[in-house]
Amino acid sequence: MSSAPIAPVTVSDAPLKAPRETAAGKAKKRLTSPWASLFAVVLAVLWTLPTFGLLVSSFRPQRDIRTSGWWTFFSDPQMTLDNYRSVLGTDQAGGLGDYFINSFIITIPSVLIPVTLAALAAYAFAWIRFPGKNILFVAVFALQIVPIQVTLIPLLTLYVDGGIAGTFWPIWLSHSIFALPLAVFILHNFMKEVPATLLEAARIDGAGHVAIFFRVLLPLLRPALAAFGIFQFLWVWNDLLVALTFAGGGNAVAPVTVALANLAGTRGNAWHLLSAGAFVSIVVPVLVFLSSQRYFVRGLLAGSVKG
Amino acid sequence: MTDTLAFWPFDPVETTSGKVVQMLAAILVFIAIMGIILFLASLAKGRSGDRAVGYLYLAPTLLMLLVGLVYPGLRTVWQSFFNAAGDAFIGLDNYATIFSDADQLTVLRNTVFWVVVTPFVATAVGLIYAILVDKARLESAAKALIFLPMAISFVGASIIWRFVYEYRPNQGSVKQIGLLNQVLVWLGAEPHQWLIDSPLNTFLLIVVMIWIQAGFAMTVLSAAIKAIPDDVIEAARLDGVTAFGMFRFITLPSIRPAVVVVLTTIGIATLKVFDIVRTMTGGQFNTSVVANEFYSQSFRSDNQGLGAALAVLLFVLVIPIVVYNIRQLRASEAR
Repeated sequence: MSSAPIAPVTVSDAPLKAPRETAAGKAKKRLTSPWASLFAVVLAVLWTLPTFGLLVSSFRPQRDIRTSGWWTFFSDPQMTLDNYRSVLGTDQAGGLGDYFINSFIITIPSVLIPVTLAALAAYAFAWIRFPGKNILFVAVFALQIVPIQVTLIPLLTLYVDGGIAGTFWPIWLSHSIFALPLAVFILHNFMKEVPATLLEAARIDGAGHVAIFFRVLLPLLRPALAAFGIFQFLWVWNDLLVALTFAGGGNAVAPVTVALANLAGTRGNAWHLLSAGAFVSIVVPVLVFLSSQRYFVRGLLAGSVKG
Repeated sequence: MTDTLAFWPFDPVETTSGKVVQMLAAILVFIAIMGIILFLASLAKGRSGDRAVGYLYLAPTLLMLLVGLVYPGLRTVWQSFFNAAGDAFIGLDNYATIFSDADQLTVLRNTVFWVVVTPFVATAVGLIYAILVDKARLESAAKALIFLPMAISFVGASIIWRFVYEYRPNQGSVKQIGLLNQVLVWLGAEPHQWLIDSPLNTFLLIVVMIWIQAGFAMTVLSAAIKAIPDDVIEAARLDGVTAFGMFRFITLPSIRPAVVVVLTTIGIATLKVFDIVRTMTGGQFNTSVVANEFYSQSFRSDNQGLGAALAVLLFVLVIPIVVYNIRQLRASEAR
């Protein structure tokens, strides 16, 4: 994916460099190649094996998981979907179906709201002149470093006083608030890269700030919005702390991360539920991630100080 | 259910359809607010109108940040000078507790372990891997393997690793189901109850964070390595620089800013680590760290004052790393 633009370079370099290979070049090759490859393979295996083991386990019958290691699956392959069935159900204990839905209900507005608000704010910071702009921008930027732990208890009090505790609203609002400083910063940087002449031309044509925002900037900003949107999606989907603080543990509001964490705490040996549950929760972000790796990396680089 | 009929978007809902309706209602409320803002903005004319639009566009963001970050932050700082119930001013006593109480000192010690070990090991692994697979066959597939843990939640990652560390009593025909203990058995050693043994257990938890963060390090550093101009590498090669010399004198200096950013970024993330400790051990067996202790004190032990002080400590610890990080980002952008 990300190596697509690099591949042609490698190909075109190879015939040029091959004949000019020096003694040092050969030495480098001899030094690095076999051991390097071996070491890389060892690392790759070490990094993959834990996930693979749990994935295999999630398809094994409950009894087998308890009595033998997942590697025995290859000598005695017993497969079942029962674990996934009980995890996706909503009735019996250990069913994560409701929590899974809650994760979606939590995540969608928690991405849409901050992205939209931040786009407006970033536009104001980038292209409108008003007194106090620089100070406000630095202030918003600096708020990135506030750890969310510092805000949780007073926020919880505010939500209780406002009568919305125990609903989705505290989680939507909190995720939106925590995302804003970073979102404004990223989108502002992208907006600044749009050539001023484009905006001037639109203004001469009689476009106001609303028309410019929608017709000129928004189409150009799509990659930036996607980068931040994906970053925020994964952040919210994978969050535990915010959900734990504002959602409680019940199936009315809590997302799948909370349910899994509680399951690990109360039934730490129920590996048939934990393994299948973990993969149900993993599959969504992994799909999002694989389908948008490039955007995600960009968001990740820009968002390095968030939290 | 009744909640879809008699509907008020701020009421609690139970059913799936009720939840979906509430979500759509929330989005509609939000769109309506945006519509009002944009309508008002479209009325503005001239230079003073420009100013008004500027403040109007900023208003929702600034309001949310003031109410949701600035006020709670200040409130927590204030709260950290109060006792457990939050009704008596006790000055710096909570901070004194953090730095003198035996349990709290263990928390601090563990946090130091985390913050010192994780960034360096994760960065080293990421850097080595990035160099090893650079321009190799199947490079993107090889990278994806290391990369993928980044998409997984900390909770998911913790469950994956708890399964690796899983222990079964070593008696009779009981078989190990955790990979680590099975490897020990294959090697002829006794299986071990890994997560109980302090301070070893803290390092086993750190492994999970390294497992997650190495992919981040690799991605950023790989991009930096690929950005080194080809003619620099070619010139060094013609000069007969060895493989190690190449790394020491060409690669490392070129990617230094990226390395610093990666180290500090992982450092910040590590400082706030909470999910892993909570899911793996719940902070038991001397594995707690500041972020986890904050949660336990605030929500489990109902010690609001100490919880607030721990949150403030986290904030104070993050500041120097962030400042350093931003400076390095600026420096690398200026080049």
